[in-house]
Amino acid sequence: MEYIVIIISAALISNVVLSRFLGICAFVGVSNKVETAKGMGAAVIFVILIATAVTFGINNVFLEKNGVFGLDLTYLQTIAFIMVIACLVQFLEMFLKKFVPALYKALGIYLPLITTNCAVLGVALTVAQDYSNFVRGMVYALGTSLGFCISLILMASIREKIEGNDIPESFKGKPIVLIIACLMAIAFTGFSNLNFG
Amino acid sequence: MGVNSMEKDNEKKLSFLGCIFNGIVTENPILILMIGMCPTLAVTTSVSNAIGMGLSTTAVLVASNALISLVRNIIPDRVRIPIYIVIVASFVTLIEFTIKAYFPALYESLGIYIPLIVVNCIIFGRAEAFAGKNKVIHSIGDGIGMGLGFTLGIILISAIRELIGSGSIYGFTFVPENYRAALFVLPPGAFLVLAFLTAIQNRLNLPSATNKKDGCNNDCLHCTLHKQPVTAEEEK
Repeated sequence: MEYIVIIISAALISNVVLSRFLGICAFVGVSNKVETAKGMGAAVIFVILIATAVTFGINNVFLEKNGVFGLDLTYLQTIAFIMVIACLVQFLEMFLKKFVPALYKALGIYLPLITTNCAVLGVALTVAQDYSNFVRGMVYALGTSLGFCISLILMASIREKIEGNDIPESFKGKPIVLIIACLMAIAFTGFSNLNFG
Repeated sequence: MGVNSMEKDNEKKLSFLGCIFNGIVTENPILILMIGMCPTLAVTTSVSNAIGMGLSTTAVLVASNALISLVRNIIPDRVRIPIYIVIVASFVTLIEFTIKAYFPALYESLGIYIPLIVVNCIIFGRAEAFAGKNKVIHSIGDGIGMGLGFTLGIILISAIRELIGSGSIYGFTFVPENYRAALFVLPPGAFLVLAFLTAIQNRLNLPSATNKKDGCNNDCLHCTLHKQPVTAEEEK
């Protein structure tokens, strides 16, 4: 039950894109088609889960005060995590290409785009700072990435629907996307009244 | 075109002040290029937050632009991205310490968005598109210009949001309590204000990334607009 609460609050109540504004670039850039959105969403879930697991380990083994060095190195989190994420994405790309070609074909083109997706670094930092329990941290990461996936696919579906619509000239392109995002964000604030008491 | 010939081409038309002007007006990162959207939307709930975020980003941008430009001839082309990442992340950590030590209230309200300056598109974008190819002095000018352009852009957005949402600008109250629309300081307000700003730009036909058909063309490492992934059907 506790895990379900974490997932729902991470995915819906404080949605990573619509209420915390992480990963906006991908949200606006890759939401033209539902197919692409699905691929990107899957790739983000995959990378966030692996990156969070690895950075959680690195944080606890090397950077925390009771780690290997016995020094409080948590101030190195930003540098360490972004390097780890950048390397990890490269390795993942090579690994998938070699050993799981089917998955590589599905996710491959999106992987390089994820390196600097701020949602990945944001989740890794949040988990390292707020979660001391590994399983809870991973569940939070899963919830957050699911939230990203949900909002990305919803946005792509809406954009496909409005493609032929009569949009005012000045709102064509980005403005209408931002208006849709605004309406989605209003809808998502409705979840904040969910009560698990 | 090789880096060297490009450098010569650039030298002819670049000047320190020209670079600053370019960043603030001609290629304003927020209003024209539309990059660095995450902090633009996230920290613009009040003008003081926006100023804090804008100036921290400017400091990181100037420092990283200067250092990257200094070492641009030493680092091999193939490993430049990891090196840029380390340089930027180091400066961000320094800024984080500075804010934590001297402006604890700002540190509290910006929270996780300070370390996330690392993945701000503007910084990598400028490193890749400008500092890696140009002289130190011009790169510093570009950093100052882009940074101030970014700061002014988010101050504009935050002023609108704060005025409508909480009836004040920089803490000075203008609008009585019954006439405020709290929506504007909530997340949806950020999207709404930015949507209308870009719509106004489209209407007036101002030179903006959104007016071009393909979107942002800036050579930005982080931005996904210029390298839309091909779908499976298109690949076939």
